[in-house]
Amino acid sequence: MSHEGALSAEVRRRLYYRLRLLRQVEERIVADYHHKEMRSPPHLYIGHEAVAVGVCTALRADDLVFPYYRSHGWYLAKGGELKALMAELFGRETGCSKGWGGSMHVIDLKAGVMGTSAIVGGTISHALGAALALRMQGKTSVVAVSFGDGATEEGVFHEALNFATLRRLPILFVCENNLYSTNTHIRDRQAQLDIYRRAEGYGLPGHLVDGNDVVAVYGEAAQAIARARSGGGPTLLECRTYRVLEHCGVNADDDLGYRTANEVAQWRARDPLTQARHLVAGNEAERIVEEIRVSVDEAFADARSSPFPASLVPEGARP
Amino acid sequence: MKFREAIRAATLQAMELDPAVFLIGVGITDPRAVWGTLSGALQQFGPGRVIEGPLAEEALTGICVGAATMGLRPLLIHHRVDFVMLSMNQLVNHAAKWRQMFGMQQTVPMVVRAVVGRGWGNGPQHTQSHHALFAHIPGLKVLVPANPYDAKGLLLAALRDEDPVIYIEHRWLHEDDAPVPEAYYLTPIGKAAVVRPGTDVTIVAVGPMVPESLKAAAALEPTGLSAEVIDVRTLRPLDLEAVLQSVTKTGRLVVADSDWGPCGIAGEIIARVAEAAHDALKARPVRITWPDSAVPSSQAIEARFYPGAAEIQAAILQTVARQRDTELLAPSTVKKFDGPF
Ligand SMILES: Cc1ncc(C[n+]2csc(CCOP(=O)(O)OP(=O)(O)O)c2C)c(N)n1
Ligand SMILES: [Mg+2]
Repeated sequence: MSHEGALSAEVRRRLYYRLRLLRQVEERIVADYHHKEMRSPPHLYIGHEAVAVGVCTALRADDLVFPYYRSHGWYLAKGGELKALMAELFGRETGCSKGWGGSMHVIDLKAGVMGTSAIVGGTISHALGAALALRMQGKTSVVAVSFGDGATEEGVFHEALNFATLRRLPILFVCENNLYSTNTHIRDRQAQLDIYRRAEGYGLPGHLVDGNDVVAVYGEAAQAIARARSGGGPTLLECRTYRVLEHCGVNADDDLGYRTANEVAQWRARDPLTQARHLVAGNEAERIVEEIRVSVDEAFADARSSPFPASLVPEGARP
Repeated sequence: MKFREAIRAATLQAMELDPAVFLIGVGITDPRAVWGTLSGALQQFGPGRVIEGPLAEEALTGICVGAATMGLRPLLIHHRVDFVMLSMNQLVNHAAKWRQMFGMQQTVPMVVRAVVGRGWGNGPQHTQSHHALFAHIPGLKVLVPANPYDAKGLLLAALRDEDPVIYIEHRWLHEDDAPVPEAYYLTPIGKAAVVRPGTDVTIVAVGPMVPESLKAAAALEPTGLSAEVIDVRTLRPLDLEAVLQSVTKTGRLVVADSDWGPCGIAGEIIARVAEAAHDALKARPVRITWPDSAVPSSQAIEARFYPGAAEIQAAILQTVARQRDTELLAPSTVKKFDGPF
């Protein structure tokens, strides 16, 4: 909360608006999924929202993000077009990937959303390449790459930390530690549980952040971004957060027994939206909810009435 | 017994009989137990033999190589073949080479089980088959079971083999049900099976294309066309003998694969038949393969992506130079799968 005093009313509203946007879009996906019109594996971001919103709100429009398959949040927080996201989930030609990718593969180049992979760790190194390119091209944009706690077990995470630090790349590594890789707890996968401390061994700063506190994420991200932009090199942020619904799909997963009802309840009580409610005053929150409801309605209606892709092999697909 | 239950039966049986067999992989102790194929394994054998792997596919594969050279028999399990791409270095450069590279002093008896996804918009990175990629490499053995009986028999055979074996199973077949003996038995590696005898045309099929070929053959029977269906079962070593024997009899060849065409197993089979028995062929061979593109996510195009019984039927008619004078009876399989993964 230490950063909060400095926040302008505009930033406070933007943070809250984006949190609501991410939540309302996904709540609508949850509500409508059973109609079986959206047919691709959704990895919902509900519970994680403060991470993408905090980081993306600290970024400039010309900065780039490399999210992962838990993709909707970053896409929207960075300003990706809502209608194109929904059309993609409905498998339509007007989708952000023209229907070829589905939920796990979203992109909006205008907004700086550079594409997402369904392979864990798949785009961490892409982010480095983009950062390298930006510098070689003399640009002042920076890059943020996000990934889960599980992804930090992949060799490429370690290779990337080393390379980015070695070359002082303008990059922000954002680990969204939700304690689980699918349904396996981090204790059963890692021997040392402080992911942010991996940074020390590679010579870059690593910080632990409350990933359910959008103001805290915004503040840490803003500092790391300023550092990157001024040539100070990369930073690793470990944002501790929690996935509320099942790993993939739109349901709760209490029946599986890999986590306790008590644990889920405790994290629900720390919901990032509830915690951020104070960012807007009076009935501003209600106005935001209503404004978003209208655009979500529109995006869903639009997606439903859009054409399916016609061609099996897109032009230019074959090498 | 269902296909996925047969895999479980083989796994538990091998672990009971051979203390050298152990399981390792990402998410294998998950309560869903890899679609039930490992249910009860952790409870029965404990975390010492059912080892949860961090997300470290290349290292896990190398760990299996090292353990195998020490006399253990690792079974490494992946929820998707797509994830095996991260471990190609260990599989291709190390596991496949180890026996030869040091003059046959060590063997690498490990098995990699990997699942092929299909349906519900799983998209370009969760639906690949890739069996031909592995079959290209000397030093690997590649198995693609098509029914519950062979799912068990081939896995048991793989877990006794001295070489690294890639065992590719199609999620689309997981719910298929057929009698499976409880007793221990082996399906021989390197032997194809004639699953339907016939006289006019040979269909060689891979994995999920076997049931599709059987449907196509059955649909053509009333028109007087007799198709022989061969389940190839093992891509490497390939049972060319079985294919040649059939083609010499029928003179016509259709190969139905569940993978891309270029440089694939269908082309390989046709090439070997052409080399060995060109004169036996009465018609140009036909291959049925995936369209030459990534697998799309959108339901509208995904539904049209996969060839099946209807396409095989058309190919058979093509080899006998007959027009589609009969109504094509066999619809291609589209199984009910309400996702998401
Ligand atoms: C290389 C690779 N291995 C395995 C998988 C299967 N898989 C998909 S998501 C996932 C969990 C990853 O967990 P984490 O990185 O913590 O991200 P989260 O889903 O928790 O946000 C796994 C194992 C995959 N997609 N890619
Ligand atoms: Mg996680």
